[in-house]
Amino acid sequence: MKKMTQLAVAATALAALTIGSVATRAEDSTDAFRGPALASLKGKTIAYLPISLGFDLAQAWGGVVKTEAQRYGINFKAQDPNWVTSAMAQGMTSLIAEKPDVIVTQNPDVQSLARLLKQANAAGIAVIQMNMQGAVQTDAYVGPDFVALGEQAAKMVVAKCGKDTQTSHKVSLVEGVPTGGVSFYQIEGIKKVFAEHPEIKVVSSQAADWDASKARAITETVIQQNPDLCGVIDVWDGQAVGTGAAIKQAGKQGQVYFVTSGGGAQATCDRLTDGTFSAVINYDAPGMGRDAWTAIMTYLQNKQKAGAIKTQIYSPLRLMTKADVKAGTCWDPEQYAKLLR
Amino acid sequence: MDDRSKPQSVLRHLNQEKIVFILTIVLFILFSIILPNFLAANNILSLIRSVAVLGILGLGMLIVVLGRGIDLSLVATMAISVAWSLQLMSNGMSVASAMTVGLAFAVGMSLITGVLIAYAEIPSLFATLAMATFVYGFGRAHLITGTDVVYLPPNIGWLAQLGQGHVAGIPMPIIVAAGLALIVFLFLRYTKPGRFIYAMGDNFFTARTGGVPVRPILVMQYVLAGGIAFIAGIVTSTSAQAMNTRVVNSNMIYDVILVVVLGGVGLSGGRGNVRNVIVGTLLIGVLMNGMTIMDIQYTVQNVIKSLILLLAIVVDSILNPRDEQTGQQGDI
Repeated sequence: MKKMTQLAVAATALAALTIGSVATRAEDSTDAFRGPALASLKGKTIAYLPISLGFDLAQAWGGVVKTEAQRYGINFKAQDPNWVTSAMAQGMTSLIAEKPDVIVTQNPDVQSLARLLKQANAAGIAVIQMNMQGAVQTDAYVGPDFVALGEQAAKMVVAKCGKDTQTSHKVSLVEGVPTGGVSFYQIEGIKKVFAEHPEIKVVSSQAADWDASKARAITETVIQQNPDLCGVIDVWDGQAVGTGAAIKQAGKQGQVYFVTSGGGAQATCDRLTDGTFSAVINYDAPGMGRDAWTAIMTYLQNKQKAGAIKTQIYSPLRLMTKADVKAGTCWDPEQYAKLLR
Repeated sequence: MDDRSKPQSVLRHLNQEKIVFILTIVLFILFSIILPNFLAANNILSLIRSVAVLGILGLGMLIVVLGRGIDLSLVATMAISVAWSLQLMSNGMSVASAMTVGLAFAVGMSLITGVLIAYAEIPSLFATLAMATFVYGFGRAHLITGTDVVYLPPNIGWLAQLGQGHVAGIPMPIIVAAGLALIVFLFLRYTKPGRFIYAMGDNFFTARTGGVPVRPILVMQYVLAGGIAFIAGIVTSTSAQAMNTRVVNSNMIYDVILVVVLGGVGLSGGRGNVRNVIVGTLLIGVLMNGMTIMDIQYTVQNVIKSLILLLAIVVDSILNPRDEQTGQQGDI
């Protein structure tokens, strides 16, 4: 009898153990934090409204965010205002009415969207500004610290054309749209450094409107007027192709030190290889896409009010010259463009 | 004839073209005096070169405007056909076949435009406006799949010379523009279709009654303009190392109309010549070059450009007052 009792106790203990262990498995994950995180992401909506879907930077940001959004069951929709500021403002207005959870956007200039972005935040929509910072701070700005980037580019030019060199000290600046964040803050940084180096003569500072043809025409005339030009800074690699073509066609490659900056698409590596660009400050657009995604996850999981936490997420910068270009250093915009189609 | 009519009759000879030409000369002399290096041979070449593409497009526009039409799709055709060609080349197609495909696209699209205008009798303003949107939209959605700027592929070879080469120290874009100007001039002056275009622009119904095959000629005008747009695109892209399709959104098409109208080509058709386009183009070239040397921002440049246009129109309408019979003001 005693043996039977012992057996019964043992069996009960075993049964309890088995039930306990099965029950644990039924809870389906040992990670207690994953469930709430996934739940906070699922079914949300991200609206993507860059200046245009047709250029490398916007394709990389959108491509990265869309891929990750789909992985976690977030709706992703993109609009293409195709460089038209008024179309962009309209798109933003209708987005505010539609109330997505997050808007990822890009200011065509410092002012145009400022009020709308404020309204979006007030309506409970988180706003992430890519690259082109507006006059209003929202949940996140993702992009380089363009003032610092301008300073870095200017210092590089001072090193090649400053008072310690046997050059004309003449420098030309090619702006984008002068009121666009990328151009505006970069020029601010550049001017700050040049103010400390009075020997640098800025012979031209003109806007090419993000257009390579305009950049080419401007630079051709500038070189014509200043054949002894020492340095050129172009605020964006997309238009710098034209600036570089003018330098090359004037036979000044090698004489003119040419710095530009951009997201590191394949075209940039090609221009470094063929010597069109002397140096590029690369802010890695797919990396910015990741930063935007991080900002989205932080916002959605923490359930704070839209605009409650405002962060400047400055992109890491990488200085590149011809020597840094290897196969796969740069990325192919077409690969990301496909994702957005 | 009384005494006062004599100086007036001298003034009456000052038509739009001459006014603009004088304006160009005045600006040219002014810039030569106040701007160092403006007169340098290289600067004059770069001045002409910077407006060569505008001039080429102006020739296409001239052919259409002479027949009382207008072509707002020139820039769209130029950008999309050439961007598509470049993309096909980067995808491995041979330069010759890619160029043929691009040219066929440009000509095909302008053929449709021409048929819409000549046979469906849609006003050219609306037909070409719609076609511009169609060509750009279709191109961006289905033909140019990557970025909206298509870079020059490395395998482009000799073709790059059209934008970058020199002959006897003269940049190729100028030579291409000059060559085309000569061809268009000879076509308009010495060929039958060329004379027909003038006849149609002067009086469409008389021309038709007189036996001019007006519908085929209309189609031909737009096809020629489309082909010229393709050449302009090749020069643009090989100069800047890229074809930027965003140019369609810019006000370039208005600049093209500007050089044509500024030079004195009548928008009501029948009046004008290659010379007018050259004069209009040169004025814009001198202005832009001078303003770039003076480091004037492009927004201000646009203001100055429009003021010059207004000035030309005002002077013209004062010297050539309203014609009571045709109800036409000025020479434009």
